[in-house]
Amino acid sequence: MALLSKKDTNLILDPLADNNPITIQVLGICSALAITAELQASVVMAISVLFVLGVGNVVISLLRNIIPTKIRIIVQLIVVATLVIIVDQVLKAFAYELSKTLSVFVGLIITNCIIMGRFEAFALGNGPWKAFLDGIGNALGYGIILIVVGFFRELLGSGTLFGFKVIGDPVAKTGLYATGYENNGFMIIPPAALIVVGIIIWVQRSRNRALIEEN
Amino acid sequence: MSNKRLTFKKRLHILKHRYRGKKMAPAFNAFHTFLFSPDETTHSGSHIRVVDDLKRTMNTVIMALIPVLLFSFFNTGYQHYSAINGFPENFSVMQHFLTWDNFWLGFVLVMPLVIVSYGVGLLIEFIFAVIKGHEVEEGYLVTGMLVPLIVPVDTPLWMLAVAVVFGVVIGKEVFGGTGMNILNPALTIRAFLFFAYPTWMSGDKVWVHGAVERAGTADAISGETILGYLAQNNASEYSYSVSDMFFGFIPGSVGETSAFLILLGGLFLIFSKIASWRIMVSAVAGSLVMGLIFNGIIDLGWIGQGSTFYGLMSFDFWKHLLVGGLAFGIVYMATDPVTGSQTNKGKWIYGFLIGFISVMIRVFNPAYPEGVFLAILLMNVFAPTIDHYVIRGNIRRRMKRLKQATIFPKSTDGKAEELKVETI
Repeated sequence: MALLSKKDTNLILDPLADNNPITIQVLGICSALAITAELQASVVMAISVLFVLGVGNVVISLLRNIIPTKIRIIVQLIVVATLVIIVDQVLKAFAYELSKTLSVFVGLIITNCIIMGRFEAFALGNGPWKAFLDGIGNALGYGIILIVVGFFRELLGSGTLFGFKVIGDPVAKTGLYATGYENNGFMIIPPAALIVVGIIIWVQRSRNRALIEEN
Repeated sequence: MSNKRLTFKKRLHILKHRYRGKKMAPAFNAFHTFLFSPDETTHSGSHIRVVDDLKRTMNTVIMALIPVLLFSFFNTGYQHYSAINGFPENFSVMQHFLTWDNFWLGFVLVMPLVIVSYGVGLLIEFIFAVIKGHEVEEGYLVTGMLVPLIVPVDTPLWMLAVAVVFGVVIGKEVFGGTGMNILNPALTIRAFLFFAYPTWMSGDKVWVHGAVERAGTADAISGETILGYLAQNNASEYSYSVSDMFFGFIPGSVGETSAFLILLGGLFLIFSKIASWRIMVSAVAGSLVMGLIFNGIIDLGWIGQGSTFYGLMSFDFWKHLLVGGLAFGIVYMATDPVTGSQTNKGKWIYGFLIGFISVMIRVFNPAYPEGVFLAILLMNVFAPTIDHYVIRGNIRRRMKRLKQATIFPKSTDGKAEELKVETI
């Protein structure tokens, strides 16, 4: 017997590609623009959202039958705020420098549309196991885009990956820089993330034409 | 008919038919229509064709750019040699400027920019035409010529190539190709270069060939532009006269220096009815108004000599048109029929704001001593909105007139009958 049924597998795999929260639903764009200048920050952000969304979906799913409908948004906010504070404190304790780079954006996970969207659309109507898989799937879909964007922005903008100088030293002019190559300052600024995300959407839609909306 | 007798045009025509329906068909098709006007006539509908098609429009702009390009050869050489050997005491155009040495140096430095710009740009156009299966559009003809004229002469060629790929793909092709773009592709390329490689696109060295390599050595030369001096409040340090600025014997981007030749090019475009005189006139007016406001602020004594803005604010308002890329931008960029406003009233607003904002960015943002490209890109974005409100205003005005109008149709017995139009 497989560990996951076909339906459950789809809960994880769909958000990775054909129902990606960033490129298809266009949610969570704000943080995707803000923190993807470095790959490390992208990875940490992806893991944070994975934790918040995975646990949050389970909690909301368990509480779904006792939350009064009128105040469900407040309850959801409390759950997500609690989880975000945990993430924030852990980062401050174990990765202080990084938490300074991510600064306000960890706190802003609370307002990430993907999280509230999944709570509303999925966790309130499904059991905890399904909600967990859905949370993990969506967070992975979000994270994979963040990491791809972060990879290109850091490589082209700073010439590094995770802070390692993979293509040579721009000051000492070694490696690729010896040939006259220079870092692309455009990739550092947030509009570049918008263009990189746009190119990913372009590639995705030309590979799968069913995704193109009719208008 | 022997093969030798065939003209080049005919051979292309034959090739085109041989490849009809195949994958490479658009490439041959494009090459054919790119060089010649096709013989084919329409099979239905109207049979009359106007000769000033897109290709002729583009070629007219190219013609207006040729004098600027030739001047840029001489000026590149002149600026380089003068910076090294000292500026001539009694400057004479024939002896010091129009020399073979100047021309040759400029030719060797500028032509690679032109070739890379056209080569890369047209390659992208061809690739997209083959993928999408449409004709190659002539849109890149002008862009390809504008790009080398608006970058500093020492721009590395690979940077230009990267920027051209970005500008053509993101600036034009993703929107659907020529005629569909929101932003001027040449300025998109310029903006990309500016933000991606600022050390090569601004500062006090890149404007004269050789200044970057010589920096820090005993042979160091200055490549500072007039706007650069002004931005640092060093107005006394440059010695260019007004006629130098007007005729263009000053450092700057490759083709932007000669206000005189740009003026001639602009007149040519106006009289050939290619570019809109409304945009040009209103843009000039906009920059003069903004310049006058700044001069007025200085005259009132609100800004003292110690202020960072003093140099640029006290610069005579009409001289703004002579230095930097303002004249070039107004004549060749702002008048782009695709990205500019389409309505007559809209053109006045669009042009005025380009001039106004250009001078404002120039003075207020020390990081961008040249704000023309930003101002034009900004107004490119607003052009459809301007047009929208001009058209809405027009409809509303005519609606009002229609409501007030009284119409007297003859009734059957021949008596005039009064009818009031209520609402539409």
